[in-house]
Amino acid sequence: MILNNRHKELVKEFSPMLESTSKLAKIWMGFLVAVLLVGFYAFIVQVSQGHGVTGMRDNVVWGVFIINFIFFVGISYSGAFIGGVLHFIDAPWKHSVTRIIEIITVLSLIVGPIFILLCIGRLDRLHYLFMYPRIQSPITWDIIAIMTDLVGCFIYLYLTFIPDLAILRDSDDLKIAPWRKKLYTFLAIGYQDTDEQRARLHKITKTMSAMIIALAIVAYTVLAWIFSLTLQPGWNSSIFAPYFIIAGLYSGMGIIIICMYLVRRIFKLENYLKTIHFTVAGFVLLVLSMLFGYFTFSEYFARWFSHKTHDQALLDTLFTRYFWEFIFANYIGVLVPFGILFFKKFRNIKSITIAAVIAVVGLWVNRYLMVVPTLETPYLPIQDTREAFVHYSATWVEYALSFAGIALFCLLFTVIVKFVPVIPISGIIDSEKKTTTTTNDQ
Amino acid sequence: MEDNKKDKNTNRRNFLKLGLMSSVTAIAGTSLVSSLASEEEASGHSHPAEKMRLLTTDGTIVEVDAKNINKYPEAHITADESRKGIPNKHFVMVIDLARCKNARKCVEGCQKAHKLDTNEEFMKVQLMQDNEEASPYWLPKPCMHCDQPPCVTVCPTGATFKREDGIVLIDNDRCIGCKFCVTSCPYSARQFNWGHKDKFDDKSQPYSPETSIPAAEGTVMKCDFCPDMLRQGKLPHCASSCPMGVIYFGDKNEDIVTNGDETVRFSELIKERGGYRHLEHLGTKPNVYYLPAVDRQFPLERGFNVDEEIMDRYKDVPYIKDLKKQGKL
Repeated sequence: MILNNRHKELVKEFSPMLESTSKLAKIWMGFLVAVLLVGFYAFIVQVSQGHGVTGMRDNVVWGVFIINFIFFVGISYSGAFIGGVLHFIDAPWKHSVTRIIEIITVLSLIVGPIFILLCIGRLDRLHYLFMYPRIQSPITWDIIAIMTDLVGCFIYLYLTFIPDLAILRDSDDLKIAPWRKKLYTFLAIGYQDTDEQRARLHKITKTMSAMIIALAIVAYTVLAWIFSLTLQPGWNSSIFAPYFIIAGLYSGMGIIIICMYLVRRIFKLENYLKTIHFTVAGFVLLVLSMLFGYFTFSEYFARWFSHKTHDQALLDTLFTRYFWEFIFANYIGVLVPFGILFFKKFRNIKSITIAAVIAVVGLWVNRYLMVVPTLETPYLPIQDTREAFVHYSATWVEYALSFAGIALFCLLFTVIVKFVPVIPISGIIDSEKKTTTTTNDQ
Repeated sequence: MEDNKKDKNTNRRNFLKLGLMSSVTAIAGTSLVSSLASEEEASGHSHPAEKMRLLTTDGTIVEVDAKNINKYPEAHITADESRKGIPNKHFVMVIDLARCKNARKCVEGCQKAHKLDTNEEFMKVQLMQDNEEASPYWLPKPCMHCDQPPCVTVCPTGATFKREDGIVLIDNDRCIGCKFCVTSCPYSARQFNWGHKDKFDDKSQPYSPETSIPAAEGTVMKCDFCPDMLRQGKLPHCASSCPMGVIYFGDKNEDIVTNGDETVRFSELIKERGGYRHLEHLGTKPNVYYLPAVDRQFPLERGFNVDEEIMDRYKDVPYIKDLKKQGKL
C-alpha cells in the first residue's frame, strides 16, 4: 500500500517505541524475567514436592490460585466487553485506547487459566478432560467457554492489528531487524488497504466485536456458576453470575485506567491519551462502583437479614477473623473510588488512577473473601487441631506464582507494544479522515 | 431368596452373605465362580483336578476350569468392574447415635484397612451440638453415598461415580485433582492427597477403586463403604470394628440391616427410632441414616477418654467451652 505523508509522520512519531529499547526498559524487562524465574522455581517446588507446599488443605482446597484465576479472567472479560462496545460507539477519542484494551483482554486471558492449572493436582492427566469429558460438569462448560473466548479474542486482536502491520511493513524508514520486517509482511497477509479489503475487514471486525461481547458474558457467567451451582452457603446464590460480571467490569475498568496511565507516562503519549479518556473511564468506573456496591450489599444483606444458620456462621467469620479485609474490600474498595469519582473537582488524571488502583486491589480482596472464608465454614464444623487445616494462609509458593502471573502480564504487554504501536496508527488516520470529511460537509 | 427371608431368625449374617453372593452371580460367570469357589475351598471341598463342579444359587450344577476361578478376597476388581456395582443391591448404613461413646474403633478399623495415616480419616467422629441448649452428641461421619451426589455431578472426568448399588466411588487413576468435588460436598467427606507418601508406591496390591489402596498423590479419596468386604458378604470395617454395634449396614432392597450382632428390618428401625438423614434439606438424598441420640447408653463424657490431640478438636463446641469455663475439663 502507498503510504501518505500522515502515515509516515505517525510511524516516525511512534518509531522510538518500536525501534529501540531504552536502558530503563531493559532493566524493567530484566526485573520481570527475574520475577518469572522465581515463579518458575516455585512451580518446580510445587510439582516436585506436591501441593502440600501451598497453604491449601482439605477444607480450603482452593486458595489464591483460584482467586487470581477469577481476577484475571474477569479483567479479560471486561476488556472484551468494553472493547466490543467501543467498537460500536462513534467517538473520535476511542482509537487511542482500543489497542490497550484489546491487549489487556488477550493477555489476561492467557495469564488467568495458568492459575487454574496450578490448582490442579495431576497436571500429567490434563488430557483426561478431553479423553473422558463429562458435559454435566460446570468445569467442562468453563473449559469450552474459556477456550472459545480465547480463540475469539485472539482473532479479534489480530484483526485490529492487520492495518497497522501493513503500514509497518511498508514503512521503509523504520530501522528494524529484517526478521521483523518479514514477520510484519507475513502477518499483514497481503493487506493493501484497498476499498474492498477495508470494507471486508471492517465487516469481520464488527461481527467479531459483537461475538466477543457475547462470548465474554457466557465465559464469565459459567465461571460464576462453578461457585454458585454448589451447595456452599457463601456461594449458592442466584445473583452470582451478574455479580461476577459487574465485579469483572469494575476491576477491568480499573486495570484499563492503570494501564492508560502507565502507557501515557512511560511513552509520553499526552497527545493521544488525554484527560477526556480518563474522565470518561472515570465516569464508567463511577457507575460500576455503584453497581458493584449495590450487588455486594444485596448479596450480604440478604444473608444477614434471613440469617440461616450456615450463612450466619459465614458472616460471623467475615466480621471477626476477616473484619479489616471485609472493611477494605467492601467499604473502602467501593466508597473511596466512588467518593473520588463523584466530585468533579477530584476528577483529574492522577486521582482517577488512584481510585482505579483502590478499586482493583479492593476487588481482589473481595474475591478472596468470597472464596476462602466460605471454604473455612463448611456445613459441618471443621474439627481439627492442625491450624493449617482450619485456616488458610497462602505460602511463599503461592505469592511467588501470583507475582509471576502479574510479571508475565507486564512482560507480554511490554513486548507487544514494542512490536506494534500501542496507539493504532490506522485508527488515528481513520478518525482524522472522518473529522475532515465532516468538516468539509459543513 | 424368598425362603431365606422366611426364617430370618437363623443366622442373619450368613443370609446377608448369601444375598450378596447371589447378586455377584449376575455380574459374570467368573465372578459367580470365584465367589462360590472360595466358599468351597473354605469348607474343604475343592477338587484337585483341572475342572470344578459348582452349585449355583439357582440350583444348577456347572463345571468350570479351575484356573478360571478368582479367589475372593484376593480377586482383583478392575476399575471398569467397580463402576458397575453389585447388582440388585442398594446399600444403606444406619448409625445409632444413642450408642456411640467416641471409642474411635470405627476410625481405627477404617484407617488400618485403608492404610491411612493418623490424621487421614475416612470416618470422622465429630462432637455436635445443634444449638446452645441442645444436648451434645457424638457423630460418626462417613461418606453419605448420596443418591443425588453433588460431587459426581461436578466431576469433569467421571473419576468419581455413582454405582447401581448406591455406592459412590473414586477412581484415582482417572482423577485429575481439580478438587471441585471437595468443594461441592456439603458433608466434607472428601480428602486430598497433598503430597507424595511412601505408601503410594506399595504396589503389592493392585489398585482398585473398591479398596482405595494404594492412594495416589494429587488425587481425592474418601470413604468407599468397603465394597471389597461387601463382595465377601462381610460388613464394612467401621461397622465390624465398633464394639457398641453403633453402625448397621445392609441392603435397602431387601430391607435388612445388621451391625453384626443383631439384624433388623431397615424400614422398621427408621420408623420406630425416628431415623433421619443429615442436611436433608439440601436434597442430596444420603444413604447414611442416623438414629437420634435419645435414651443414651453412655454419658457423653465417656467419649472424653481419648488422646489430648483428639479432645482438642472439640474445643469450639459450646458445651466443651462451658465445661472448661467451670473448670470441669
